[in-house]
Amino acid sequence: MTGTTVWVVVLAASAVCFALKLAGHLVPEHWLADERVARTASLVTAALLAALVTVQTVGAGQAVVVDARLPALAVAAVALALRAPFIVVVLLAAATAAGLRALGWG
Amino acid sequence: MSRPDDAPPPGADAPRGLDAEVTGAVGHAVEDEVRAAVRQAVSVSVATGLYGISFGALAVVAGLDVAQTMALSLLMFSGGSQFALVGVVGAGGAPAAAIATAGFLGVRNALYGAQLGPLLALRSWHKVVAAQFTIDESTAVATAQRSRRAVRAGFWWTGVGIFVLWNAMTLVGALAGDALGDPRAWGLDAAAAAAFLGLLWPRLAARPLRLAAGAAVVVAAVLIPVAPGGVPVLAAAAVAIVIGQVGPRRRPAAPAAEPGEESR
Repeated sequence: MTGTTVWVVVLAASAVCFALKLAGHLVPEHWLADERVARTASLVTAALLAALVTVQTVGAGQAVVVDARLPALAVAAVALALRAPFIVVVLLAAATAAGLRALGWG
Repeated sequence: MSRPDDAPPPGADAPRGLDAEVTGAVGHAVEDEVRAAVRQAVSVSVATGLYGISFGALAVVAGLDVAQTMALSLLMFSGGSQFALVGVVGAGGAPAAAIATAGFLGVRNALYGAQLGPLLALRSWHKVVAAQFTIDESTAVATAQRSRRAVRAGFWWTGVGIFVLWNAMTLVGALAGDALGDPRAWGLDAAAAAAFLGLLWPRLAARPLRLAAGAAVVVAAVLIPVAPGGVPVLAAAAVAIVIGQVGPRRRPAAPAAEPGEESR
């Protein structure tokens, strides 16, 4: 994307996100109280994040690649299971991948 | 969210007093609860604000400039959507895919707003301001309070506190990311994956969400080689929407109503 395209994406997506936030405060309460709406929204959120984890871990353009990111993600999962703070999880993953690459792998 | 030290004293939710003495006691209890809500808000703000550094660094590594990165933290101000947008841009996804992914991840904020509306009971133009601060953490802190004053204190202190720190730390991260050079040598691509996993993790407590996440991993992995950038992620969302319509007749998944404090 060119710089101008990125600006359009940034501003348009920000407008969409704000509109969603405001809609929640303005619509009558019962509109969003439907159980299926709440269930679908939480399913979509989990699915999007899981797909983003996948693409970010093994995606390389249109190829699936196993490299230092996969062991780094495993370390992050262990850290999360041990209830480490978010910033520690992110730093451990970066350090794992950077360390493996410094050793010449991935 | 655990807050063993901050639990309001029993009786904080007692009905307003029948005589002066009771009213006075309830007043003190509400004061205590408001102070506890503010303490809670400050600690959540500091913890959340700190990882604005990782967002800032990852955004410039993905190809955004510092101004675009700051625009996201100021205007979009919703961690999941922000990380998703820079992830799709970094992966070479189409503009529409980047906007749609960020938008879908922002849908839960609409549900938070609907939940907060009656609790905050704000005047109309205050709602417009409150909307921008409606995120996982401010909703979690606000809905954990009992009295309206504490709900409002928890909401505003958390929302504004995170906004200030998140933006300051985004700037630090963006400037640092600019100076780093090759992002792979620093493991920043793996850091982005870990950031998404950290956002996903608290949601995996509910079984239907684990299933949706598992299906999403499979769909995304299968589509990466055959679909253009951004499409594997959106396809996973489409699968989740279908699951939501035909889904199990079990109790609805909780996280939409009970956002975790680490879920941003």
